[in-house]
Amino acid sequence: MKIGITCPYSWDVPGGVQQHVRDLAEALIDDGHEVSVISPADDDTPLPPYVVGAGRAVPVPYNGSVARLSFGFLSVSRVRRWLKEGGFDVLHVHEPGIPSLSLLACWVASGPIVATVHTAIPRSRVLLVTYPVLRTALEKINGRIAVSEAARTTLVEHIGGDAVVIPNGVATRRYRKAEPLPGWPGPGGAIGFLGRLDESRKGLSVLLKAFEILGTQRPGLRLLVAGPAGDADEVLHKVPAALRDRVVLLGQVSEEDKVRVLHSVDVFCSPNTGGESFGIVTAEAMAAGVPVVASDIDAFRQLLHGGEAGELFATGDAADLARAAGSLLDDRARRARLSAAALAAVAAYDWSVVARDVFSVYETVVLGSTQVKVAAAGQDFS
Amino acid sequence: MITDIVIVVAAALLIGVYVSWRAGRIDRLHARVEMARAALDVTLLRRSSVALELATSGLLDPATSLLLAAAVHGTRSDSTDGGARPRDLAESDLTRALRAAFSQPDFRSSLSGKEGADELLGEVEATAHQVFLARKFYNDMVAVTRDARRRPLARVLRLSGNAQAPEFFEMDDSLIADKTSASLGR
Repeated sequence: MKIGITCPYSWDVPGGVQQHVRDLAEALIDDGHEVSVISPADDDTPLPPYVVGAGRAVPVPYNGSVARLSFGFLSVSRVRRWLKEGGFDVLHVHEPGIPSLSLLACWVASGPIVATVHTAIPRSRVLLVTYPVLRTALEKINGRIAVSEAARTTLVEHIGGDAVVIPNGVATRRYRKAEPLPGWPGPGGAIGFLGRLDESRKGLSVLLKAFEILGTQRPGLRLLVAGPAGDADEVLHKVPAALRDRVVLLGQVSEEDKVRVLHSVDVFCSPNTGGESFGIVTAEAMAAGVPVVASDIDAFRQLLHGGEAGELFATGDAADLARAAGSLLDDRARRARLSAAALAAVAAYDWSVVARDVFSVYETVVLGSTQVKVAAAGQDFS
Repeated sequence: MITDIVIVVAAALLIGVYVSWRAGRIDRLHARVEMARAALDVTLLRRSSVALELATSGLLDPATSLLLAAAVHGTRSDSTDGGARPRDLAESDLTRALRAAFSQPDFRSSLSGKEGADELLGEVEATAHQVFLARKFYNDMVAVTRDARRRPLARVLRLSGNAQAPEFFEMDDSLIADKTSASLGR
């Protein structure tokens, strides 16, 4: 099948939507489909062969922060040309509610259109204000996908109608192998954490308390923390001075370094206290084959098969976390068993599986429909 | 002896008159700051109304429309929820959104000829320029007032009473990127 995918955000900026689009496109290509992605990108950015650049994205304030988006009539004509040349069987737009390429593609195209909504945003008046403008574009969507229940709620409230929930996949291949960071995990063992340091529901403070117990018992144990830091000093001050030099804060790391971080530790910890619908980071750790210790929230219990593919501890309980992590650090054979179980469990979330779910949505919308064409509504704009 | 008393009384009288004139001046300055601020608020409101009109006119592509509408929404959401951005930042966001739309190559020429386009674009530019002027006048008034309040006499005798010192209103208000330096240097 010939599939056209639009990405609203700049290809050269790391982000969840871009990563989703890339992984989906590659999984579909692996399945033998013909895929073309159009995305904003700087002219000198090297692009994979399946990506068409739509020109440089313009930084512009949107919803209180600056986003790099493609809009305006030049972008419209680029999207139109891409659609004409592509001759797609189905058009898949991502985040059509963002003022960028996806919205423009909806506006310009006619034929089978599938849309995926990624973010959950609270109901606001923005969409209502411009609804007449947006309606033409958004009403053309034949099939809607939400990546989470929260995103689905947003879509239902803002645009109406319903959506199927197909969660993000995990590009397990990408996590399978990597060099550990130099000197890691080290003879004393290491525990890892990935996530925002300043977001309390990610649970770093629970882990730091547990490390206070573990670090005192085990003189060589170290803690490796990666993620955008609010204030590194503030984090370190939660740890007793004697243990501080054994807590290593890496700050924000690149995609590749993230994989290396996962391979640099003996035990990965997901101490989230809630608010996680899937647990992508935990799934990535599983894909790297790191034994996982996670809090006993719904998302993790499901992901870890109720504790068979990873150790669960009482949510928010630092002492229980120290017990669970400690017993894993002491038991090499058990770590190996959990690692194998995690790899097997996470295979169900691999992109190759998820992409097939997405593809069945494509198959549904193309039934009785023609190819994607450039619609008359957008014609008068050139 | 008598002359000494006359001189002292006359001096005291003169000082009294002078001090009360200074106090009156500071009071008048505060009143003028408030008027200038009201004028600035009116121009900001006018600008956001016209921007919204442009966003919903159907002249622009939906992405640009949505950007502008979201920026206008930002300037008006002060009272609705706690997550609102401060006024100056929200107004600057609207400026940048307008600038992003207007600085597209051939933006004007691609729209000219469409029903009502030239009038609407002209109106956006006119109201944006009014914002620039009103803000300049307001900040001038604020500078003069703050200076008057800072004088030693005004400080020692607390001539400004309970009135708060007026704040400058800083924002990005240039619709055309390259003009920024030129218009600031006028």
